This record gives sequence, C-alpha cells and structure tokens, in this order.
Amino acid sequence: MTSTLPRVDTASAAAPQRRRRAPGWLAVVPLLVVTVIAFGIPALAMLNGAFTVKDQATGATSYTTANLTDSLQGAYLTALLGSVKLSALSAALATVLGLFLAQAVVTSRFRALRDAVLTASGVLANFGGVPLAFAFVATLGNSGVLTQHLGLKDAGWDLYSFWGLTLVYLYFLIPLMVLTITPALEGLRAQWREAAQNNGATHAQYWRHVALPVLTPSLLGGFVLLFGSAFAAYATAAAMVGSSVPLVTLQIADAISGNVLVGQENVALALSLDMVLVAGLVMAVYLPLQRRSARWLA
Amino acid sequence: MARLNPWRWVVFGLAALYFLVPLGASVIFSVDVNDRITFGAYSQIVSTGGFVSSLVLALELAAATIVLVLLLMVPAMVALRLGAPRLRPVVEVVCSLPLVVPPIAFVAGISTVLKWGPDYLSRTPFFETIVAIQNPDFPFVLVLAYVVMALPFVYRALDAGLRAIDVPTLVEAARSCGANQTQALLRAVLPNLRGALLNASFLTLALVLGEYTVAHLLGFQPFAVWIVDVSGSQAQMSVAVSVLSLLVTWALLLALAALGGRSASSRTVSRGKTTS
Repeated sequence: MTSTLPRVDTASAAAPQRRRRAPGWLAVVPLLVVTVIAFGIPALAMLNGAFTVKDQATGATSYTTANLTDSLQGAYLTALLGSVKLSALSAALATVLGLFLAQAVVTSRFRALRDAVLTASGVLANFGGVPLAFAFVATLGNSGVLTQHLGLKDAGWDLYSFWGLTLVYLYFLIPLMVLTITPALEGLRAQWREAAQNNGATHAQYWRHVALPVLTPSLLGGFVLLFGSAFAAYATAAAMVGSSVPLVTLQIADAISGNVLVGQENVALALSLDMVLVAGLVMAVYLPLQRRSARWLA
Repeated sequence: MARLNPWRWVVFGLAALYFLVPLGASVIFSVDVNDRITFGAYSQIVSTGGFVSSLVLALELAAATIVLVLLLMVPAMVALRLGAPRLRPVVEVVCSLPLVVPPIAFVAGISTVLKWGPDYLSRTPFFETIVAIQNPDFPFVLVLAYVVMALPFVYRALDAGLRAIDVPTLVEAARSCGANQTQALLRAVLPNLRGALLNASFLTLALVLGEYTVAHLLGFQPFAVWIVDVSGSQAQMSVAVSVLSLLVTWALLLALAALGGRSASSRTVSRGKTTS
C-alpha cells in the first residue's frame, strides 16, 4: 500500500525529464494497484469462499456448489425473496411518485420552487442510513410523535414491518427518482405536445402515445437504479427493524457477526454472490437503457 | 401551457407533508420531555462516553480517505487526458465495479480476507500487516474500503470537472509560457479543477461520515456506529444526534451545491446505495 503512494509523485516528477511524452500510464498504476488490493482480493475471497466448504472434522477444504444451493433454500431464500419484494415494490412506488413530483417541478413556473425541490432532492437522496431510520422511529415508531398523537397503534400501525420499511425507503428513493427523471422530462420538447394537440390528441393521448414511450427507457433505467439502491440498503433496516423483516443484507450481516450455525459462514458468501449477481443484472439493464434514453433526448 | 394547476399543488403539498413531517417530528421527539421543551438531549450528547472519540475517528477516517482517493485519482485522470487515453476504458470499468458489489457483500469479502491472517498467514510478514491495518485507534482497512466505495463518485466528479477544461491545451499553453510539466499541472490544471476537487472531497466526506455497514461489521466504532450503539439505552439522544448529523450533512451538501453549481444530480445516484 504505502509503497505505491510515492509513485504518484515520481510520475509527475519524472515528466519534465522526458520533455514531451510523459509516461502517462505510470500515473494510473497506483490506482490500479490499490484497487486490486482493496477490491480485487476481497472480491476473489468472496468468490472462492462461496464455492468452498471446510470439513469440520479434518479441516480440509473442498470445492462445491452446496453453499449456493443452500443460499437458495429455506430461510435464506425467504430473505432473498423478501429483499427482492421490498426493493421491487418500493422502487415501483418511488418511480411513479417520483415521476409525478418531477413533472410538477419541471412544469412549474416558479424557478425558485424548482431549484428548491431539486436541491432538496439532492440532499434527501443522500439521507439514507442510520439518521433516516431514527427520524422515522421518532415519527412513526412505537412511541413516535405521530403514533401517539394520532393513536396509530390502536389502528394497527407497525413501523417495524414490511410496509413500514417500504414507507421509509421511499424517503430516499423518491428524491433519487426525481433527480434521475428530471433531465428526461426536460428533454420532452414542447413541439411534440403541440403537434399532438394540433392533431386533436387529448392530454391523456399525448401521454400515452408520445411522452410515455419516449420516457420509458429513462423510467425503466430509474426503476432498476432504485431497485439496486433498495436492494443493497442495510443500515436503515438494521437500525430500525433488527431482523423482524427477512432481508438478505440482514442475513449476511448475521452470518458475518457469527450468529449462525457452525459451518454456515460460507453460505453468507454465497448469499453475497447472489447479491452481486442481482446487482450486476441491474447494472446490465441500467447502462444500455441509459444510453438509449440519451439517444432520444439528446 | 403551464398554468396554475390544482394537481400540481396537490403533488407539492403531499410531497412537503411526507418529507417534512419526519424531520419536524424528530425535532419534537428530541426536545419534548413530558410535554416540556428541553434541550437536555442535545447537551447530553457531548458528555456521553464515546461521542468525542467516535466523531474524531470518523473525521480522521474521512480525511485519510479523501487524501488517498484524490492522490490516486487525480494523477490517473489527468494522465488519461494527457498521455494514456487507451487506459480510459480500464479506469472507467475499475471505478464502476464497486457499484456492482453492494457494501454488505464487499464487507463479507473483506472479513474473509482478514480471517486469513490468523488462519494461514500467521508466520508471514503479511500477518503483521493484517494486524496493523485493523488497529482500533486508526483502522486503515476502513480507509481502503472507503476509497473503493468512493471511486464511482470521485470518478464522476473529476470527469465532469475535466470535461469542462481542455487539459492538453491548458498544459501546452502553460508550457509555452515557460512552465515545466509539474508547474503546468500544479498551477494551471489543478486550480481549474478546484470545483471538481471540492465536489469529490465533499462527497467522500459525506460517504465516510454516514457509513455504517462496513465499520459496524468489521467491529469498529466511528460516529454512525456509535449512534446506533447508544440508541438502545437513550432513544431521545440518538434522535437528537441524528437531527444534528442531518443538519451537518445538509449544510455540507448545500455548500457543495453553492460552490460547485448545479451538478447535484450525477453524484447522488449511488449514495443511497452505499449508506442506506
């Protein structure tokens, strides 16, 4: 690690000696070395661990797909599906609600309001994790302000549930959607709407046949991005619900902390691999969609 | 034509309700003791054990991460524009990969590697390295993890900054005026990247200060972990700390928006991913 840092300096210091052509790639080397150490080794360790089992009696390790099979069964499968369900639902809700909010912002005549909403979205999309969980516990938790004043508990409200978690996730997902979709909405040309109107289309027809088809790649791209965010979320759920809602991130955390049966540690790595595959899939969908929407709305 | 539209006000009203109520309720929750307003929870924070040390640790980690990630990324990104354009896709892929690996999976990998220490490496010099980077006073392993997690944001911030200036021409011009390569980089290129550097630093700062997953699971206690740890016994204070940390994050990001102009959209995209 430390040995790679000074090379940054030598790279720029060596440059003046070779007057014109500085060895440019030399400046990239430290970055690559650190990434290989800090990212590559843990990633390979995870991959390797996901496919190995250690025999408790002999201590010998062997390669197997048993961990992966285990990670797709029983409680682990429940957790994985729970995460997928929660992420898909909250991402879908946030996509729709974010679209409405963004459309209201984009068509607003008040520049100040618009800027305020966009800045607030930037802040709130970053407002994940522990503070968010506590803000909602203070609001809608068992002794939360709203829970007590409105008597929500008798009405059957429970923040520490699937729906409670969905409500909390929307808090950072909707702003994220507003930020993602605003450029696309701004790209919708006024001429398209006028052309549709001149041809006798109603408001609804314009949206159904013109605006939504153009927006579809951006909306889908935004959805998978939101899905990925919700899927990877851990701190909010951990600080809020503990393990009352089955989520794959909570399962992995349990396993890392040693709260599982002996010999099951590598199942956590297999679960991590499952997560990476899902996240990889999300990115594989997102990037082409982003490119396509850029083509339309450039 | 965009006129005064009732549905727009419904949308704004509902959004304001949803986003402001939890904030207001948190403030009320943290100052309301048996229907009397008191700021005890806020004044308690400072005197509670672990507050100062966890905050200092978080700030130290943030400073180290910012320095390291900028030292790694700035020369690399500038070099991509000057002399090594062919490495561009490589760097782009390397800086995007952390997006595909959720923090929890990343930390699962890290903890596996750290376990190799006692298991396989106890007789090699690597063992001491592994022990040293886990020093609870300054866990360097967290800095390494945060550098990796910050790469996508720093890449985007710097890329946006570099896109706005023509690096080769700038260096050419500086050299025509008699500067050598180092001077050209330090006195012509870097000042023009000031906004992007600030942007990248603020993003990294926000990321490190809010990070819970990796630090918690590796057993260290910077600020975000400390809040959760004290919340079990003192709910009111933990909400107070959350309100404070929120205000600080807001101030930071608003300052960023003011300094860096409107580039808020690109960087936020994966923050939810990393901390939430």
